[in-house]
Parts: sequence; C-alpha cells; structure tokens
Amino acid sequence: MVCESWKAQLDKYLDGELSPDDMRAFDAHVRGCSACSTDALSRVQIKRAIQVAGKRFTPSAEFRRRVQGSITAKPKRTLRLGWMFAAASMALLAIAAFLFTYVGGRSGREHVYSEIADLHVATLASSAPVDVVSTDRHTVKPWFQGKIPFSFDLPELQNSGFVLLGGRMAYVEQTPGAQLIYDIRKHHISVFVFQERSLPTRLQDNSRSSKELSFNLETWSQSGLRYFLIGDANAADIDSLAKLFKAE
Amino acid sequence: MATADPQSDSFEELAMPLFDQLYNFAHWLTQNREEAEDLVQETYMKALRGFSSFQLGTNFRAWIYRILRNTFLTSRTGLRATSTVPLDQEEDALELAVETETPETILLTRSSSQLVQNAIDGLPVHYREALLLCEVEEMSYQEIAETLSIPVGTVMSRLSRARRSLRQLLGRTLKPQEEISAAEAERGRDYGL
Repeated sequence: MVCESWKAQLDKYLDGELSPDDMRAFDAHVRGCSACSTDALSRVQIKRAIQVAGKRFTPSAEFRRRVQGSITAKPKRTLRLGWMFAAASMALLAIAAFLFTYVGGRSGREHVYSEIADLHVATLASSAPVDVVSTDRHTVKPWFQGKIPFSFDLPELQNSGFVLLGGRMAYVEQTPGAQLIYDIRKHHISVFVFQERSLPTRLQDNSRSSKELSFNLETWSQSGLRYFLIGDANAADIDSLAKLFKAE
Repeated sequence: MATADPQSDSFEELAMPLFDQLYNFAHWLTQNREEAEDLVQETYMKALRGFSSFQLGTNFRAWIYRILRNTFLTSRTGLRATSTVPLDQEEDALELAVETETPETILLTRSSSQLVQNAIDGLPVHYREALLLCEVEEMSYQEIAETLSIPVGTVMSRLSRARRSLRQLLGRTLKPQEEISAAEAERGRDYGL
C-alpha cells in the first residue's frame, strides 16, 4: 500500500513529534491523500475523546489542604516561626521594660522637679522666705545641725556676685533637706540639698540642666548628696553657682 | 539560629500547580480514591525530601511524575497491576489500515466519556500510563520516556499498542450496543412501538 510508510508515522505526526520539515511534508501529503486524512481524522477524534475522558478525577479540597499543609508546615519553618515568635516576645519585653523604666523614671523625675519648682515659688511668695536670715555661711550652715540627718558645705562667694540670703528646711517626697536662697542681680536662686539615698525617686542621670516651668534648674549628685539649683536667673548664673558648690 | 528555607518555597511553587493532574493520574493508576490520595501524599513527601537532589532548570514535571509512578509500582496495587501484564513485545508490527466501521467513527456519532473511561480502565497499566501521559498530560515522547524510565522507542511502541488496544476495547463495547440497539428496535417493532 502506497501510504504504508506515511501511516507508520501518523501517530508521531498527530502527537507533534516529527521534525518541522517532516511535519510540513506530512501536512502536504494528508491534504492530498483521502485515505490518510480519514485515518488522521479518526485518530484525532479518539485522541480528543481520551483527553476529555482522561480528565476524570478531582481531588477533594480537604485532601489538597492536607497535602499543602504537610509540605509547608515543615519542622524548619516551625522552628523559624518559633524563633520569630521568641524574638518578637523578647522585643516586646524589651520595649515594655524600656517604657516602664523610661516612663516611670521620667514621670518620677518630672514629679521631683515639679516639687522643687513648687517649693522655690512658695518660698519666694512667703512673707518669711528664710528661717535663718544671714549672709554668713558660717551662720547658716550650723543652723541646720540637728534638723537634717547630714551635713554639707557652703561655698565661699567672694567676688562671685552671689549673695546668701539665708536658709530654711525643705521637704521633697517626705524627705527632709536644706534650702538655701541666693541672690544675684535681684534674681533669687534656691539651692536644695538632700540625702541622695533618702529620696524615693532615683534620678538616674547624675547631672542635668533643664528648664522647669520656665525656671532654670540644675541638679547633680555629690558625696551622697543630691543638689538642686533652681531660679529665674539665667542658666549661666545657675551654672556658676553650681560650680561653686561642686568645688566644695 | 534557623535560616530561611528557600527550597521549601520553590518546591511548593513547582509542585502545587501539578496537584490536580497528579491526583488524576494517581487515581487512574490505582483506580481507587483512598489509594490515590495515599499515593499522592507519599509522592509529595518523597519529592520534598528528595528535592535537594532535583536540579533546578530540568524537567520538574517528569521528575515528580516519575516519583509518583515508581511509588505506585512498589505499592501493593502497583505490584498486582503489573504482575498481570505480559512482557512487552516492543518491536510491534505496524498497525493495519483502518476498517470502514471503526470505533472512532462510532465515537463520532456516539461520543461517550464513560465508554472511553471504561476502555482506558481496561488497559494494562503500562499502556494506560503511557497513553494518559501523552493525551491528558500532553507530555512529549521524551518526557514520557523520562517519567517511565524507558527509551523513546519503547514509549512509541507502548502508545501504539495502547491505542490499538483501546480501539479494540471500544469496538467490543460499542458493537454489542449497536446490536442491542438494533435488537431493541426490532422488539419495538414487534410490540408495535
């Protein structure tokens, strides 16, 4: 039969497995050969029928989820998630600790500063701002003996422009301390001295200058004592007085 | 510290789009839903474990189908199915020219997926798998050869035998129905219908 060699290749032709040249040659032959075109047509029909009938089974959604889960929920990934969770927890803890310390510390600090400012204002508003009226430090210092549980030194003010006006008892956070009033060019500055360990609020920063309620404030710790300087004098004057105290 | 696992991601990306097709193929092989699910599940697990040995850029589809098919062959159902298949006479004689009344021509007018499905089910497993990979999965001969681990020549002869067997099975199924229809028509006339 003349078409025998073509028919032997018919499946390859229909499966698209011939070379491009052979495909073109086959195309030309099939168009001109009724026996081969009939055969090709019937084979294409059965191919299509198998194709349709072959797509028969569909997996259930539940089964798909199961397999998907088993290939994605790998131990490695679980471990990674675990680490991520642990890291996130640690980060949250760190943030919480920081906020607690910072906000707590900050609010405690603000509270002390606020009290110092109040004391300063109340003292100046008082008709008797000081209990011991003296410009002599050797008079003022002994006045505190027996009134406060610590001792402190007052600086020599010669040629500094500062004038000691006197002193009084002060209480911050139920802690007794000394308050000294200084004058410089009509501005009054209060100097508070407290025993550091007696103050409930721990002031983390050893030394600090700030502006509280428009007053200039400077604070530091020295020899177990906490000093606060506050007044409406400029920051440079406050700092100068602070330096005199620190020099003691 | 655990590191990211990019292989797991790329495996999922490559494997999950083939899920429906693999399941369909598995069901055709096992002819049973539960066994098909077990086969697919095991295939995915094996493929995932062996994914490091898969070379990216090569034919993933042939690779995972081969795993599925090898898993099937070693299963109880697979062993039973293949033990009944006679050794292939790969160098098969050429097919004869089409007859005037062929299964295809009958299908032309009486296309029925059910009939074709039954006929595919009736094929020995080696023919069935080659035929499905070619017609349903539209794999090239080369891909089928890779999947079934056989030479391309063997793929061609199996396809040829599968198609001929299918035609014979369809012919057996359809022709009696033709006769039954004719008999019923005859009876109908007898009863004056």
